[in-house]
Amino acid sequence: MAARSEARVRGTTPRRGLWDLVAHPVRRVLEEGFMAVLGVVILIWTILPIYHMAIVSITPLTDAFAGKFWPERPTLENYQTVLFQEHYFLREFWRQLGNSLFVALATMAIVLFVASLASFAISRLKARYGHVVSNTALLTYLIPMAFVAIPFYRVMSDYGLLNTLWALTFAMATFATPYAIWVFRQYSDTIPFELDEAARVDGATPLQLYWLVYLPLMRPAMIAIGTYALLLAWNEYLYAFLLLHNEERATIPVAMGFFLNTDDAPWSLLMATAIIYSLPPAALYYSVRRYMVSGLTAGATKA
Amino acid sequence: MAAHAEKTAAAVAPERNAAPWTPELTWGAILLIPYITVFFLFVVWPVGYGVWLGRDPDSYRRLLADPVYLRTVWNTAAFLGIGVNLKLFLALILSAYFMSQRPWIRWLSILFILPWAVPSIPTILSFRWMLNSEWGMLNGMLWDFFRIEGPWWLVDPKLALGSAITVHIWKYLPFWTLILMAGRSAIPTDYYEAARIDGASRMQMFAYVTWPQIRNLYVTSTLLSTIWTLGDFNSIYLLTGGGPNELTHVLATLGVRYAFRLQELDMGVATVMTALPILVPLVFILIRRLGGRVE
Repeated sequence: MAARSEARVRGTTPRRGLWDLVAHPVRRVLEEGFMAVLGVVILIWTILPIYHMAIVSITPLTDAFAGKFWPERPTLENYQTVLFQEHYFLREFWRQLGNSLFVALATMAIVLFVASLASFAISRLKARYGHVVSNTALLTYLIPMAFVAIPFYRVMSDYGLLNTLWALTFAMATFATPYAIWVFRQYSDTIPFELDEAARVDGATPLQLYWLVYLPLMRPAMIAIGTYALLLAWNEYLYAFLLLHNEERATIPVAMGFFLNTDDAPWSLLMATAIIYSLPPAALYYSVRRYMVSGLTAGATKA
Repeated sequence: MAAHAEKTAAAVAPERNAAPWTPELTWGAILLIPYITVFFLFVVWPVGYGVWLGRDPDSYRRLLADPVYLRTVWNTAAFLGIGVNLKLFLALILSAYFMSQRPWIRWLSILFILPWAVPSIPTILSFRWMLNSEWGMLNGMLWDFFRIEGPWWLVDPKLALGSAITVHIWKYLPFWTLILMAGRSAIPTDYYEAARIDGASRMQMFAYVTWPQIRNLYVTSTLLSTIWTLGDFNSIYLLTGGGPNELTHVLATLGVRYAFRLQELDMGVATVMTALPILVPLVFILIRRLGGRVE
């Protein structure tokens, strides 16, 4: 809305200043040209690393050191090598992909469960000291994950969870839940309390309120946060690399890190793995993009 | 008895005229248990343990005597100062660009969020290989198209840090552009109408309408982004690994280097703890800014 009117406003700005001495059609051409040039710059900037990933992934292993803009002999054999685990670094590819999926789904489930209950208790049931809980959650959200990695590693070792997928799952859930609670609370404030009252008059218990009123109405926020948690866990490198040690337990990002342990890493295979690993989250993100944008910016405009 | 208990509870509770205890409040407390459990097991305990690990003043003395640490502090300052401000400034400009209603710009905006939608590890690794000075595509293209010998992107420490900042900006620019676009869309259209009637120029519209409306958001974004950038481990670790010669570390990667590569846990924790003088005020301000409006 604002954009449209801003654009309209711009078109009819009264002439003043040096720029306005330029004749109108010339100015339009210059303006369109400027927008187009900027567009091309943005396009190249955005695409280049991803284009590079795709290009290297279809370059034969023996040509990987050519540094060409387009491979001389494009091939799909790297994908075959990855999918059939035909390389030393890819022995456990499918298992590692499964590990990534497990951690992502388990994190999503835990985050949605814990955060929806907590936000329901705080914002709908008005639980005592709810604001204390939500402020400590916000505090947790503001601690950089990388900064607690060292003690977290030791604590996981004390809990006997080291080198299990649950260690990574709990780590990811811990860091995703505070944000989830925050977004859920923001979203919950937009749902009228009259709905709760009506359900209470009909004799709904708090649990029925949660299950039959709160959860269905929170669907958009649940989709946004579910995706957020899923992607956070799927993408995590540092915690995965600290908490999971051997190849059978590694997730894909850790496995990709293993490639760098040799001086002549098979970059074509690494990039083919990277493409396969990047496609599902990118597809997911784009399919729920509408929810993501509104979810992520829920509090932003108010802050 | 019951009346007495209620009276005591009311006296203890911070709010005056506290409502009586109801079954709903019991449920409220029960439903908070999962989160509180997670919070104590995985936040309070590790953080407390970390503080305990970092209690030895000797580690800080050794840290200050380590040239790698001093270099890291400068790197972190550069990473934050340039990374955060350049990123947000670009996001401010691009948010105006993407507010345009031209159809091709809308298509471009969908493509533009790719860096944010794609996992960061693959793209950082792609950058790493692309920037390889001998075999990478970037220098290859510089040679093929312009006959220029490309620079030593990841070998020269300054360029390597600059590359890491670039990778960081590449990844997070779309997110902040989206946030600032949301801020811009929230500005009532009447303001622009009024400014137009008053004959405001484009710069004046930005200075007197747009900026006052999104300034708060911009400041909050800068603070939040500072914290997140402080915690950006991947952009450095997977691009340069802290090298060459440990000259491109930031606090987040140096902590992990001490703790896991050099097996000096308390030095690692001490490294991270030295970020607290920046981190604590930032967190304090942000809780007031973000938490206040929720009520």
